[in-house]
Amino acid sequence: MHKLFLFIVSLHITIFSFSQDMTALIMKVKTKLDQVNDYEADGKMKTDVAFIKAPVGKVKVFYKKPNKFRLKKDGGISLLPKGGVSVNMNSIFTTSDFVALAAGDAVVGGVKTKVVKLLPSNENSDIVLTTMYIDETNLLVRKAITTTKENGTYEIEMSYGQFAQYGLPDKVVFAFNTKDYKLPKGITLEFDDNEKQLTDAEKLKNKKGRVEITYTNYIINRGINDSVFK
Amino acid sequence: MWTLIQIELFKIFRRPRTYIAFAAITGLIGIIQFGLKLDGDSYVDFMMRDITSSITVEGKILNGYQVCYIVLQVLLVHVPLLIALVAADMISGEANMGTLRIMLTKPISRTRFLLAKFMATIAYTLLLLVWLAVLALFLNMILFGTDDLFLLKSQYVVLLKKDDIFWRYLWAFGFAALAMTTVASLGFLFSLFAENSIGPIVATMSVIIFFTILSTLNIPVFNKIKPFLFTTHMIGWKEFFDIKVNDANEAIVGSIQNPQKIINSAVVLVIHIIGFFTASVLIFKKKDVLS
Amino acid sequence: MVLYNNMQPIVTVTGLTKQFKNLTAVQDLSFSVNEGDVYGFLGQNGAGKSTTIRMLLTLIAPTHGCIEIFGKELTANRNEILSQIGAVIEKPDVYKYLSAYENLKLFARLSGVKVTEQLLMDQLEKVGLASRAKDTVKTFSQGMKQRLGIAIALVHDPKLIVLDEPTNGLDPQGIADIRNLILHLSRDLKKTVIVSSHLLSEIEQVATRVLIIDRGKKIIEGNAAELFDPSQTIVELQTFDNGYAMEQLQLSVWGQHLQPQRDTAILIKLDRQQISQLHRDLVDMDIQVLSLQPRHSLEDYFLQVTSGNQHVDTYSN
Repeated sequence: MHKLFLFIVSLHITIFSFSQDMTALIMKVKTKLDQVNDYEADGKMKTDVAFIKAPVGKVKVFYKKPNKFRLKKDGGISLLPKGGVSVNMNSIFTTSDFVALAAGDAVVGGVKTKVVKLLPSNENSDIVLTTMYIDETNLLVRKAITTTKENGTYEIEMSYGQFAQYGLPDKVVFAFNTKDYKLPKGITLEFDDNEKQLTDAEKLKNKKGRVEITYTNYIINRGINDSVFK
Repeated sequence: MWTLIQIELFKIFRRPRTYIAFAAITGLIGIIQFGLKLDGDSYVDFMMRDITSSITVEGKILNGYQVCYIVLQVLLVHVPLLIALVAADMISGEANMGTLRIMLTKPISRTRFLLAKFMATIAYTLLLLVWLAVLALFLNMILFGTDDLFLLKSQYVVLLKKDDIFWRYLWAFGFAALAMTTVASLGFLFSLFAENSIGPIVATMSVIIFFTILSTLNIPVFNKIKPFLFTTHMIGWKEFFDIKVNDANEAIVGSIQNPQKIINSAVVLVIHIIGFFTASVLIFKKKDVLS
Repeated sequence: MVLYNNMQPIVTVTGLTKQFKNLTAVQDLSFSVNEGDVYGFLGQNGAGKSTTIRMLLTLIAPTHGCIEIFGKELTANRNEILSQIGAVIEKPDVYKYLSAYENLKLFARLSGVKVTEQLLMDQLEKVGLASRAKDTVKTFSQGMKQRLGIAIALVHDPKLIVLDEPTNGLDPQGIADIRNLILHLSRDLKKTVIVSSHLLSEIEQVATRVLIIDRGKKIIEGNAAELFDPSQTIVELQTFDNGYAMEQLQLSVWGQHLQPQRDTAILIKLDRQQISQLHRDLVDMDIQVLSLQPRHSLEDYFLQVTSGNQHVDTYSN
């Protein structure tokens, strides 16, 4: 009985201390990201969705604390995963109201990371769960998998370079689930039955879509007018 | 020869009937423009409802290029009917008026006479397309501005960059000219067989409507004959708006997905034009003019 | 008035036949038109006049036979020959949505004429349409259209003028105008004219030579003055054996009086006074006569042939 009590207490302590540890790590990362009040960056966006044929496009990205984010194409039309791209690391960390749980170690892109599961305490949050792969030594988030109520699950993978000190990635890859796409030929007014489209249809079996943004030219903490985000 | 073509063009453009097609195109495009200007966003929402479930499309979708595409998609199916109105009247109309027999007692060989009329018909067809281009492309570029072109196909969507579109339209209009010339040569052929223009006009329209329906129907039995119908190839202009992707599924700016398909369709149409016109000459040379 | 002489024939037609699907419109027709002739082409509606004229103008291709115009084969020299022919075929149809001037200009250019406004206005002046030159033909009366049709036919100053039923649908004044025009073309301008009609009265007054056809076959061809001579008559002869009779007659002096056979009757053209001599000769030649029916004049005979009246008017001399 005594032994059992001790075991339970020690278990509690273990979990508690473990959790505390992770929150600390998260807080450290957050502090690092907090140096950035706003930024503006140029990037190249590549959309890789089986049923989308789009060229690489130039984009401009704007961020302002606490959670204003906007991706703008230089004119033109942009195709973005629904709800996905607007989420960036900075805004994930805006709420301090979460539970962080350790979930072991993993290697992402050749870097050893800690896996942390973040659960928002707020019932109304769209985010259900975020799993983060954090590079402890550099305090950088290498990968995040977020499950949302409305927009499904998406995966964000980041690689860092020049702006690693601000926690800003050089390259971000969003991976997300897509639904089937098909329009009746009567609507698109297509006549022919192209056999080639069978291979296209096979492509569609891969329902993961990817959007890849390569950033250059961060302009950090120079102040951004709110009108940009409207 | 030039004199002959001039005379034929003069006749075409002095007739009120000629302007019906121009007026119809102007009216139709005007209505589409008016409608889209007024309520274009809900039209776009309607078209996009399938894709917006997983993708957010941002930007000015309803720009001049998009409107032009919508107009062409709708109109190019019906412009053949307007072309039939003039092409199928070329010989039969003269027979009906009684002027054919005077024309043919002039010192001009029947082949040259027919060639001049055919050239004039093509000139009319091309002018109609130029008018269509002016209204559908240039006017819409002014009214709606230019931007990227986002197209919904039945299996996938295509996004073309703003500066990768105009040349596609030029080619598309060129291809449409070929398609419409095919229609004109069919109407022209039919116009040999009657002494009033109603018959050939209705016959031409019927063939086009019939073939178009066969081309549209997605019934396996008909799919076998589709490649042999010229109407199937008439929408080949759309192929200019499909783009190639590289292994990374990245669209290659300035590319065309299936240029061979366009060439094939163009060849089929050219063969039809040559065939219809040659048949016209052979029949006309032997024809007894009784009108 | 008679300009007929032994000049070069302008039109020579030999063995012309046109077979439509199940109708022989013209059968083995031969005739020639000489320079300066006003060549009357007479026959009832459907006799094959229009088909023949259309063959002369290359509108219809002959099934058999040869047409030479200006001494050249028609098909091989079509454009050269047609540039020297002016024609009004049946109704004078022109482009109704164009003005008289535009119509004339258009056809003049097609005929290879160097058009000047002066030339065109002169031409319209001649047919009395100068004041209406700029009006669309839509507003013209039948007679005005006919005059415009003639202006179009004459604008390139052709050597040969072909008028197919030019008086159809015209009022008496219009008919008289056409008659005067033909005489003017022939006498003053020395043109050769081929004019067809189903009315003998029209042809009679203008023609120098006449060809009468019926059901695609030639009935008679000859000088108008001779054919319309009131003293001449035609005798219709029916015999027990027409073959034998024809044979005998051809060998006799009557051979040159024989006309192309019509139905089962043998036709002989002669002076009234010769009828009793013919009768005696028939008996001498041992030809068994079933009937011998003289017409009271050539004109009546033509009228009968050309009006489609199959009623046989017997008349005993």
